[in-house]
Amino acid sequence: MNSAMISGESMPADSAISVVLPSVLQPLAGGQSILTAPAEAAVTVEWLLDAVTGDYPALSRRLRDETGAVRRYVNIYVNGNEIRRLQGLVTAVAPGQEVLIIQSVAGG
Amino acid sequence: MGRMATAESYVLAIGTKKGLWLATSRDRRDWSLSGPHFLMSEVPSIGIDTRDGRTRILVGVRSEHWGPTVFHSDDLGETWNEPENGAITFPDGTDAALERIWQIHPDADSRPGVVWAGCEPISVWKSTDGGEHFELNRGLWDHPHRSEWGAGYGGAAAHSIVVDPTGEKVHVAMSTGGVYRSLDGGTSWEPRNKGISAYFMPDPNPEFGQCVHKIAADAAVDGRLYAQNHHGVYRSDDDAESWESIAEGLPADFGFVMLTHPRRAGTAWVIPLKADGERIPPDGKLAVHRTDNAGASWKRLDAGLPEAEYNAVLRDAASVDGAEPAGVYFGTRGGSVYASVDEGEHFTEVASHLPDVLCVRAAVVSAALLPAQL
Repeated sequence: MNSAMISGESMPADSAISVVLPSVLQPLAGGQSILTAPAEAAVTVEWLLDAVTGDYPALSRRLRDETGAVRRYVNIYVNGNEIRRLQGLVTAVAPGQEVLIIQSVAGG
Repeated sequence: MGRMATAESYVLAIGTKKGLWLATSRDRRDWSLSGPHFLMSEVPSIGIDTRDGRTRILVGVRSEHWGPTVFHSDDLGETWNEPENGAITFPDGTDAALERIWQIHPDADSRPGVVWAGCEPISVWKSTDGGEHFELNRGLWDHPHRSEWGAGYGGAAAHSIVVDPTGEKVHVAMSTGGVYRSLDGGTSWEPRNKGISAYFMPDPNPEFGQCVHKIAADAAVDGRLYAQNHHGVYRSDDDAESWESIAEGLPADFGFVMLTHPRRAGTAWVIPLKADGERIPPDGKLAVHRTDNAGASWKRLDAGLPEAEYNAVLRDAASVDGAEPAGVYFGTRGGSVYASVDEGEHFTEVASHLPDVLCVRAAVVSAALLPAQL
């Protein structure tokens, strides 16, 4: 299942959700910086990630491990809040919203 | 890029905390270094597979942010490929996630395409397609001892895989858990640690639970294995049924490295560190020690190594090639890499000031693979 669409394709802004990728992950999404999924109503972050990474399994593995958990140093922001401070993967995202994926400050 | 088909050449792959470097040479003295590949990802495991008429470099890569994965290159690192669905992923129902790939081990020449992997969490994997897809070894994964295996400082992993020429006898070493043996090609497993000390446990001689740092098989004596333990250096002559100490003559019995000769019986190398609590070369003087009589005596080898060196050498940061005489290679946590063309009698520096060296692998390759100007 993949209902993700490439950013810029014709889609009303209020019937889609965009996921913004950091530059380091864009090669794993065919060079795209934004992946967009159609959504008529609110969806969960988990549904959204499934939708936008369905055609990009290597990208999917960078974000979540085999158990489906978000990797420790991957941060996902909805309305400026990291989902670990919200409801995690079941955090709701409304049509028209933008989700940001940003790697956390880590490493030495 | 021009090619020149001449005699043998050599490739040395250096996995570090922040990427992979590749060195190539026609004489094992002058090296041309390229890298970093996979900058900012650690490369704790490398397998160089020269079977099947090609040279495939397999690397276990782990990003702190994006997790672990396996890449392979069939053109000495000019291009890298990652299987779309991942080469190593835990299957549904295990409720486990791959943390780190600690070992990539191409099997015998008689079994082209077969590649083994040892991973964290403690698991063994087998590929039959040259390392593009691995299957979890269920016998070890479902072993009743699993809940009692522990984690060493670096994590809980299967880090050594030794397969005999028949493919039926397989030995695995894990930290912590010790040595496990299968006599049916990996279907069932039993601990085989008799004689190996686990001084850090209430019972220092348990059936399992040892922190074996590395095992290697003797090239020419069936059933003979060597082990560098968390304190203790051992040999077994009976397929790990029992182990006896061969540490006498070494300056310390702690360390991580255990290498064996590619062809000659009784020859092995270790790189001692002072102790568990002082993980530096004894007296700050780095040296390799070689036995040519299965551990009855050891020869200190330090020609060409620095006067003072306080960095450790990790378990997979050492390798031998298949040449005659055998080349010996190792790298330190200080980012220095050394090579010997004469089985350790003399070393030359291949690289310095790299990030911490985690893994080193060397192989003889066709000269046609190397750029002509080398």
